Amino acid sequence: MYPGSFDYQRPQTLQEAVRLLGTSQGDARILAGGMSLIPLLKSRLVSIPTLIDIGRIDELRKIGNTEKSVTIGSMVTDHEIENSRIIGDRFPLIREVSRWIGDPQVRNRGTMGGSLCHADPSGDWGACFIALRGKAHVEGPNGSREIDSDSFFTGPFSTSVDISEILTAIEFHDIDGMVGSAYEKIERKAGDFATVGVAVQISIDEKGNCTYAGIGLTSVSASPVRAAKAEKELYGKVLTMRNIESAALAASHECDPTDDPLRGSADFKRYLVNVCAKRALIRAVKEAGGVL
Amino acid sequence: MSEGSRTLRISLTVNGKKVEGDVEPRTLLTHFLRDKLSLTGTHIGCDTSNCGACTVLMDGYSVKSCTMFAVQADGSSITTVEGLERDGKLSRIQEAFREKHGLQCGFCTPGMIMSTAFLLKENPHPSDEEIRWGISGNLCRCTGYSNIVAAVKYAAETSGGDSN
Ligand SMILES: Cc1cc2nc3c(=O)[nH]c(=O)nc-3n(C[C@H](O)[C@H](O)[C@H](O)COP(=O)(O)OP(=O)(O)OC[C@H]3O[C@@H](n4cnc5c(N)ncnc54)[C@H](O)[C@@H]3O)c2cc1C
Ligand code: FES
Ligand code: FES
Repeated sequence: MYPGSFDYQRPQTLQEAVRLLGTSQGDARILAGGMSLIPLLKSRLVSIPTLIDIGRIDELRKIGNTEKSVTIGSMVTDHEIENSRIIGDRFPLIREVSRWIGDPQVRNRGTMGGSLCHADPSGDWGACFIALRGKAHVEGPNGSREIDSDSFFTGPFSTSVDISEILTAIEFHDIDGMVGSAYEKIERKAGDFATVGVAVQISIDEKGNCTYAGIGLTSVSASPVRAAKAEKELYGKVLTMRNIESAALAASHECDPTDDPLRGSADFKRYLVNVCAKRALIRAVKEAGGVL
Repeated sequence: MSEGSRTLRISLTVNGKKVEGDVEPRTLLTHFLRDKLSLTGTHIGCDTSNCGACTVLMDGYSVKSCTMFAVQADGSSITTVEGLERDGKLSRIQEAFREKHGLQCGFCTPGMIMSTAFLLKENPHPSDEEIRWGISGNLCRCTGYSNIVAAVKYAAETSGGDSN
């Protein structure tokens, strides 16, 4: 099983890649780790005249570490993310999520950048990106810009990254206070896409008040989404079991899952959102040093 | 490598030997290995990125060769199951699969062995849980996995830190 013919280009620099993409008149797509794109091409669900392989562009392989943030180049693999102390020590949620992506072979090739751009409604990285309020850095013919996590996904398999633009890196900012995070994913079998996934990061101040609440849901809407009402149930309040329960319930009401024969009914998934959100919040609060 | 032509010249190292080939961009690594180099030890099971039978090492990392284009492997070093034996002697991992009966039909075995090679390189002394996690990208329809886990464990115990 192999794809229809295509032209293949392998630029060595970001500049060259942007130029090639810009002059392709919409015929070209980026090839990163290929873990989503190659199966699609092989099954001929998509056909693409030109692939621009960004796998050899060194500047996209960097992990940046500044005082305020960590920046993950779009070609850093899931395996590198999983094993990076810089990332894992500052953002344990990213490390936790990385372990849930597919299997070792998929993680050796796949990238967070590719996963976000692919925008699978069931992608794990989307939930994490939203919970941490990440920023996507993109570069195109008109220069560079940033896209925040709330305007990144625009629907199933679509994002606000233009077809003439390349996602270069994803940036995550530190937050103040005592921080805790957790990812709860239900999957049918090892390495499967989520039936439901809930990513959570919270922080509390010395009085126990919630000073940050980030909750990203996956597999329960047209794209990974923020559980904004659930976050409101927590923000500024002392985190008690009761608040956690009402936030989890709010999350289960505000998502929009569909019935599917493989992973269950919409009602079942709503129920799982409630369960996973509660579990994730309890773990996150405990990790932050909160008392429940 | 010239761009824009229908076939591209690639050169890579496969099981320690330099090889060159002219491939269409859409040629999958697995087809290059099996059809051009006659290295049929690398199996094609599902052909949909799920079963891991096609697993090889690229620069030491396990990858599904049905989910990579040969052009992406240009310049890299590939190890297939044929590359594990030394001077006609099976590697520790291969020995361990034989010793512990880690296979029945053997179809999944090359991929299992390559995933094991990667796992033991990263983690020379994995727990049972870590072994199951490490081979989670490889499906076996025969064994029920218990003997595979035992084989991986045995390979770890007998390897003395040598991931081969
Ligand atoms: C067996 C298997 C299991 C999987 N399990 C999971 C799972 O459990 N959870 C999960 O979330 N995902 C899973 N996936 C999906 C997969 O891991 C990700 O979607 C994938 O890694 C995407 O990243 P990539 O680098 O491989 O992107 P590619 O496949 O190369 O590209 C994906 C899309 O994004 C575009 N793109 C990629 N990079 C850029 C960029 N820098 N700028 C602009 N556009 C870009 C491409 O043009 C393409 O349209 C699985 C995949 C497989 C094969
Ligand atoms: S043949 Fe490649 S994963 Fe099954
Ligand atoms: S031994 Fe038959 S598939 Fe594994």
